[in-house]
Amino acid sequence: MALDQSFVGRTYPPTPAYEVGREKIREFADAIGDPNPVYRDPEAAKALGHPDVVAPPTFPIVISMPAADQVVYDPALGLDWSRVVHGDQRFNHERPMRPGDRVVAVVTVESIKSFAGNDMITLMTEMSTVEGELITVARALLVARAAEPEEQP
Amino acid sequence: MTETERFAPGTVLPAASFPITRKDLVRYAGASGDFNDIHWNGRFAVEVGLPDVIAHGMYTMAVAGRVLTDWIGDPAAVQEYFVRFSKPVPVPDDGVGALVEVTGKVTKALDDGRVQVDLTVLSAGQKVLGKAVAVVRIP
Repeated sequence: MALDQSFVGRTYPPTPAYEVGREKIREFADAIGDPNPVYRDPEAAKALGHPDVVAPPTFPIVISMPAADQVVYDPALGLDWSRVVHGDQRFNHERPMRPGDRVVAVVTVESIKSFAGNDMITLMTEMSTVEGELITVARALLVARAAEPEEQP
Repeated sequence: MTETERFAPGTVLPAASFPITRKDLVRYAGASGDFNDIHWNGRFAVEVGLPDVIAHGMYTMAVAGRVLTDWIGDPAAVQEYFVRFSKPVPVPDDGVGALVEVTGKVTKALDDGRVQVDLTVLSAGQKVLGKAVAVVRIP
């Protein structure tokens, strides 16, 4: 069933602040197999002009994905979350995340489309510090694949 | 070579290949918080119609991004990064896993000293990211 178009433009309440930690950045960099010292060594980061280590470009997914759950599991929207796959992902970075950033995410439903029985919903997640500095905007296309055709009797 | 020439359209980025094992997916699940069963539970993956456990799309996006950041040096230079997930990357539990191969090319000079880079990301000869594009600020 097509999703309710009236959800387009809806903004969900800000998430509780997520505090970015140096060890979390290191853990994420280890997990993506990236040995770059700028993710681990404050001196290496300072040599590139940063005040502290920085997080990898896809690190904000750690914050934006749980934030999107507000929409994915919103019973009023009725997305069939068991059929949801990740269609595409975009980041527009103002700057990298850094240790000590306390990040609040605000999710807005940007578009809802239906194609060949698939529901396609684009979520825009603005991630800002609690002080109000915008760090990153993430956009994710989530696709709820069409249900299997019902079996013939 | 001048700085402008180093980043001129047509410039080819150093290619890289990334092996992916089940252990990598478990580690990424822990670090990212994405514990979806299709990324670690073979029984579940097959039940929902997948050939095997598949890599997190975001894991593929992250490793492909290393070709950008290793080339440009400062990860903060990556201002925009977009990928379309077109094919899953199955990661069999066979002691070998999968291999993701990434190449990249500067395709456009943009304003404000920025360039567009297009990445090509293959696994088992298939394009797994239908599109992978970044906007990078040149140092």
